Amino acid sequence: MTIILIPALLIGALAAVFGLVLAFASKKFHVDVDPKIEQIIEVLPSANCGACAFSGCAGYAEAIVQKGADITMCAPGGADVAKKIAEIMGVKASSKERNIAVIHCQSGGYNNTFFRYEYKGIETCKAAAVLAGGPNLCNWGCVFQNDCVKACKFDAIIVNEEGLRVVLEDKCTGCGACMRACPRSLIEMVPVSKKVHVLCASRDKGPIAKKACGNSTACIGCGICSKKCPVQAITIVNNLAIIDYTKCINCGICAQACPTKAIFDRKQPRKKAFIQEDLCIGCTICAKKCPVQAISGELKQAHKVDADKCVGCEVCVEKCPKKAIIMK
Amino acid sequence: MEFISKIIIMAVSAIFINNFVLSRFLGLCPYLGVSKKLDSAFGMGMAVIFVMSLASAFTWIINQYILIPAGIEYLRTIAFILTIASLVQFVEMFIQKSAPALYKSLGVYLPLITTNCAVLGVAVINIGDKLNFIESILNGFFGGLGFTVVLLMMAGIRERLEKAEVPESMQGMPIALIIAGCMALAFLGFSGLKLG
Repeated sequence: MTIILIPALLIGALAAVFGLVLAFASKKFHVDVDPKIEQIIEVLPSANCGACAFSGCAGYAEAIVQKGADITMCAPGGADVAKKIAEIMGVKASSKERNIAVIHCQSGGYNNTFFRYEYKGIETCKAAAVLAGGPNLCNWGCVFQNDCVKACKFDAIIVNEEGLRVVLEDKCTGCGACMRACPRSLIEMVPVSKKVHVLCASRDKGPIAKKACGNSTACIGCGICSKKCPVQAITIVNNLAIIDYTKCINCGICAQACPTKAIFDRKQPRKKAFIQEDLCIGCTICAKKCPVQAISGELKQAHKVDADKCVGCEVCVEKCPKKAIIMK
Repeated sequence: MEFISKIIIMAVSAIFINNFVLSRFLGLCPYLGVSKKLDSAFGMGMAVIFVMSLASAFTWIINQYILIPAGIEYLRTIAFILTIASLVQFVEMFIQKSAPALYKSLGVYLPLITTNCAVLGVAVINIGDKLNFIESILNGFFGGLGFTVVLLMMAGIRERLEKAEVPESMQGMPIALIIAGCMALAFLGFSGLKLG
């Protein structure tokens, strides 16, 4: 009996002594951690997605309190979390606009892809994209192994009945995980208020790009959109139209003008602007701001919208100082 | 005089001939893990020296005055791990309170070495070599010093490798393991040293 009892008691006593010493030390040498850090960790979504560029949510909380990091960096939490952090930190939140993911390809489904070969390898885009230039004929397009779907922690990317990946606008938090997962860099983070996107990433010359695209909606780099754009937000770089979202006003003219339907207008259906005459003071701001000159009227007279010309961009609605313009 | 020469022999032996990493193959995890940058390798090295010296002292006392009298030397491993883990925890708390600057530079690495096999290894080797109290502490200190020297060399080489053109399949861990092997071969040369 003693052969077991003595060692057990001794080691147990040793452990107990160490335990007590440590318990005593943790009280005696207690260092206060800033309670704000813990509060912020509780507010953060703890998805640890890394969109803030810190090491997880705890790292971000520490950076906010100790280094004064920007409190609007949390993409999944968005404005709500920024507001809560602002309350904890006692500063005002400048709410940052939410980004959403846009996939710059309309191909990649069952019926709208030209196949180079049937891919039966590992189910990851990274592997598919490097195998003989990818299973799809287009060297730039989606290779449909759903890496972005797997990367999304918020179930915001789904595969629809045609096999296409669709970003759900309400669920997407703009964390950018899918953007980093896509080996062909098809995904871009765009402010949620911007509704017009070039859904093609092909840098091939026009005829090649169009032939390779199973949806025949490739950007052929014709430059019509760039010429039509009222604010010069579109540039053609390497046979591909690129929208500068700092300039884009959502007018949708480019989407209408695009001969291959490569530009997609998320704002559907578009309504027409209508000026309520009793509220209009004739300041002419709307007429000046209208990208298509659809608004006419003299100074200090009620203005009118030419419904045929109006593209429903809502620029005038935003600019009107009297909130006299509504969309019908 | 004899004592000093003994210390020097011990130092050369622990740092070069019986280096903890390259000839005893202990503590390989931090050796490969924390050797990407020179400053973090230095921090880790200092923490290891500190903990190994302290652990040598405490485990020697535990062994001499508890384990041997009770005749339970066969429980050495458990008792030592217990001692080292609590010791590191205690030291971490103590440093955090009394020397925040030191805690900032060592703090991250202290919990990492709680169960480092080099620390346990030095405790067991001290007992196996029948060293006395002072010798045990010195052996721990020199062992940690040897670990730090090798870790710093490794970090220096790996920092240079960042700029070298390593074939893609060899980047990262594979090339690090090859370097470790080469360094172990080089240190094998020290075993021919004749001391004393």
